[in-house]
Amino acid sequence: MSLSKIKFDKKIVLSFWIILIALIIAAPTLLPVFRLNLLGRYLSLSIVALGVDLIWGYTGLLSLGQGIFFALGGYCAAMYLQITSSSEFPNNIPEFFALYGVEKLPFFWEPFRSPVFTFFAIWIIPALVAGLIGFLVFRNRIKGVYFSILTQASLLVFFNFFNGQQKLINGTNGLKTDVTQLFGQMVGSESMQRIFFWITAILVIAAWFFAKWVVKGRFGNILIGIRDDEPRVRFTGYNPVIFKTIIFSIAGGLAGISGALYTVQSGIVSPQFMTVPFSIEMVIWVAVGGRGTLLGAILGAVFINYAKSLVSEALPASWMFIQGGLFILVVTALPEGVLGWIQGDGPRNLLQRFGLKRKIETYPSLEVNNKEGDNE
Amino acid sequence: MNNTNLLNLIDITVSFEGFLALNKLNLNLNKGELRAVIGPNGAGKTTFLDVITGKVKPTKGEVIFKGKSLVGRKEHKIARLGVGRKFQSPRIFENLTVKENLEISVSTPKSPLNLINKSIKDEQLNEIERLMKIVNLAQKVDSKAGSLSHGQKQWLEIAMLVGQKPDLMLVDEPVAGLTDEETDLTADLLKSLSGENTVVVIDHDMEFIRRLDSNVSVLNQGTVLCEGTMETIQKDQKVIDVYLGRPED
Repeated sequence: MSLSKIKFDKKIVLSFWIILIALIIAAPTLLPVFRLNLLGRYLSLSIVALGVDLIWGYTGLLSLGQGIFFALGGYCAAMYLQITSSSEFPNNIPEFFALYGVEKLPFFWEPFRSPVFTFFAIWIIPALVAGLIGFLVFRNRIKGVYFSILTQASLLVFFNFFNGQQKLINGTNGLKTDVTQLFGQMVGSESMQRIFFWITAILVIAAWFFAKWVVKGRFGNILIGIRDDEPRVRFTGYNPVIFKTIIFSIAGGLAGISGALYTVQSGIVSPQFMTVPFSIEMVIWVAVGGRGTLLGAILGAVFINYAKSLVSEALPASWMFIQGGLFILVVTALPEGVLGWIQGDGPRNLLQRFGLKRKIETYPSLEVNNKEGDNE
Repeated sequence: MNNTNLLNLIDITVSFEGFLALNKLNLNLNKGELRAVIGPNGAGKTTFLDVITGKVKPTKGEVIFKGKSLVGRKEHKIARLGVGRKFQSPRIFENLTVKENLEISVSTPKSPLNLINKSIKDEQLNEIERLMKIVNLAQKVDSKAGSLSHGQKQWLEIAMLVGQKPDLMLVDEPVAGLTDEETDLTADLLKSLSGENTVVVIDHDMEFIRRLDSNVSVLNQGTVLCEGTMETIQKDQKVIDVYLGRPED
């Protein structure tokens, strides 16, 4: 079983990459800028989905608060863009401050004058916040549904805080980035958006390789061990708290990168990134794509979001029903998600059920003499 | 017999909201010893293991292992000090292969950094191979542990326990659900492990305990009723009463 399965996985992965890279190369010439920009946004969402897959698919931690880290990354990027583009405004600070009578830049904005600081802040700040929240929660052995509720509660705390801080970060209005300048160009301009698309595409691939590196080998096996039987991991001499904190922090960092890319391509970051439904959607992308497959997370994020925008254009009110239906379908019929179903020989079983394909004649789980059996 | 002390349980009391799971339990183990612990259901056998491995904190009393107190230490710290445990029903990682399961148990140091950027050491790979031969799983290296038979799962867990190289092995009902033949093999395996390792076996299969040919401690109502060889135990009136279920005076 194992060998043929590995081969099969490799085929899927390889064909996926060929299609993806072909699409990425073709997209800028085939798609109008509007569509290209949408695709870029959805690709950036697939990075946060990768993080969700790491913590949920592999480690069994269902976080409903990834929006926190996503938004933090977005805010870091937006603060830098706002501050470097504020030279013509009163007091040389971003325009919105004038609305609230703020004359001096709040202290925490200062470091964001530096592009280098911002470059690191985008992923390190969300990773640190995630690490801190994670450590406190995991140390107290809060698990399962309590963990999910706690992450959602934290999300609401952050949402309300960001929403109310007009004088610090423009509160509910958020920070616009599309009219800001980066390296002398308008961020919202066509040429910049093309560049962001490329950067996103490259980072998605890099994030996939990184996630793959994290879960391969013994570290990934411990994560799976924690998901399946955490006390056993503990009695074997490992401290699950550290492992969970690390992976939660990695997922936070990925969410931050994702949020920053999404922000520059959608033109604004606002507390809307921290609403409850959005963080739940992230989980749905992974559930539909396939938990514990990494690739499924990317595919789920891109396809569901693209479908969402196409459906919303054609039949504005119907998307919520389709999304709900998708989730029900996954929970009831495809618990492993679409990719998990394909990997588990789902299509063949389905065809067999309708009599369209002959049953395989060899008995599949005959592994007694697997030395020969596997090398067929 | 080597008389160096490995483990002392002193006046251990565990109270679950007034119910005394263990009541002033005293037990001493020497290095290299093989000890069987028997007792009727609810005698506190599993709680006794929970106290040693740190899963349950005793209400009163002291656990001394290699001269150090174990009370209040976290489970993974106790495991690293050299206490290994096999659970009642096989607890293995079903979604990992046999080899991956063993890798988890033999890998040292058990830090994330070591696991993520170093590959497994050669001597650890050799150890895995040796273990797989001992428990007859060499053919199953790359099979998912979940696909093993019940007996093979029990053995895999024993192999994982040995792979941890603990000074003290706590084995909870290793032969539950095994065939007679497998039971005999398990008894031989455990006997061969003692001497070099200290092994505590908990079970109530009398035939199996007899085969272990070791000292036996009988637990009843959270305390040690009697200790000695199988023959002495079987002649002890108190033990007979408990096992025949006669009410105590």
